[in-house]
Amino acid sequence: MNPGIDLQGSFVRALIDLGLPSGVAKTVWLPLPMLLMLVVATVSIFICVWLERKISAGAQQRIGPEYVGPIGALQAVADGVKLIFKADITPAKSDPWLFAIGPAIVVIPVFLSFLIVPFGQNLVITDLGIGIFLWIALSSIAPIGFLMAGYSSNNKYSLLGGLRAAAQSISYEIPLALSVLAVVLMTNGLSTIDIVNQQSGYGFLGWNIWRQPVGFVIFWISALAECERLPFDLPEAEEELVAGYQTEYTGMKFGLFYVGSYVNLMLSALIVSVLYLGGWSFPIPVETITGLLGVSESAPVVQLLSASLGIVMTLIKAYLLVFLTILLRWTVPRVRIDQLLDLGWKFLLPVSLVNLLLTAGLKLTFPFAFGG
Amino acid sequence: MFVLSGYEYFLGFLIISSLVPVVALGASKLLRPASAGPASRTTYESGCEPIGGAWIQFNIRYYMFALVFVIFDVETVFLYPWAVAFHKLGLLGFVEALIFIAILVVGLVYAWRKGALEWS
Repeated sequence: MNPGIDLQGSFVRALIDLGLPSGVAKTVWLPLPMLLMLVVATVSIFICVWLERKISAGAQQRIGPEYVGPIGALQAVADGVKLIFKADITPAKSDPWLFAIGPAIVVIPVFLSFLIVPFGQNLVITDLGIGIFLWIALSSIAPIGFLMAGYSSNNKYSLLGGLRAAAQSISYEIPLALSVLAVVLMTNGLSTIDIVNQQSGYGFLGWNIWRQPVGFVIFWISALAECERLPFDLPEAEEELVAGYQTEYTGMKFGLFYVGSYVNLMLSALIVSVLYLGGWSFPIPVETITGLLGVSESAPVVQLLSASLGIVMTLIKAYLLVFLTILLRWTVPRVRIDQLLDLGWKFLLPVSLVNLLLTAGLKLTFPFAFGG
Repeated sequence: MFVLSGYEYFLGFLIISSLVPVVALGASKLLRPASAGPASRTTYESGCEPIGGAWIQFNIRYYMFALVFVIFDVETVFLYPWAVAFHKLGLLGFVEALIFIAILVVGLVYAWRKGALEWS
């Protein structure tokens, strides 16, 4: 396996060469990837919002944003600035503490989940042993924030929206976790790096989507429901509940919910590309390309090029999924709440259990193809 | 210590991502105008005078789903170590998981038949 570029090692060594003690050098390195990841996540909000507006406009034969920046690309920045300048209204009958904490509880775990999203062999903040499990654990914190926001508003729409959001999240949590479990079964580990490495080697033929087609569909549906995207946007169904748990929110507190939902969309797309679409690995293996070109795979230029293209590859896969989500929004009508719960409990849950046992059985029968 | 290596990053990232709402709300606090008076602080109810509060007793209907969720969530937590160690366990591990899941499926069928998963 290609060892990749060790950015951390080179950075720390460069600082030690400058005369810093190694402890200090490591501490200086510590916040850098985190801040970078935060910037990546924030920029992805702007891209996602712009894509959403432009693609929605295209689907409805409109032009969409075009005045703010080139082809309207800065529209989301303008929206953010507007939200910062908005008056902050806390309803008189609300519980002010829970009302203020609610959006923070929703947004923090979403950003925190970027801890385990890999963009390359060493391009991850930290390769934790529990890896993907951390994401599952963190994703179950958001419903608490929805409940807090809905309950503390002391508004009927908010309360119903908050309860719906929590019920929806917990119903789709289990199919989600079970389909991840099938991937973990093939990887023999939880680390996101291992999950991608297990898929690389045969180009796009080695990706998990071929070995886990059912798991992929279940995961995709559940991830849409967890993100509260159409057709599963019941908690904020505007015809029924005004804006659900966000009804009483204004200004930056509303902005935090908005940020949370778009970062969550991007995060889910990244996780899908890591779990099922081979993460940073190329559709054609690097070994084959270098073999055809007659260059050594371990040459520094090739390593640098393949690492940079790996980041691009991850992002292309993720944005392709974001594009699909937005198209889906204008294609499928919203489901009813009882249909939503039926789909989760009576269809996805049994199917994901069968998928898990099938994977285990296939792994016993064909250990080579299913990760030995 | 091997198990906990890498978690200083978790702590650091927790602090950094907690700064996101703090910075966003702080910046807004410095820049935004004061609230527009008592009328803006009334509860929204489609433009009408709100009738009663929202903190009342009512049938939330999601309670049974929450109970079933707890059971299956614990099940998945138990299955994770099994999945990670499955390549060492072999056929015996498969049969054991089969029995474990079968018991829970019986529970799901029971809840289903009892109407715990019905909306009405």
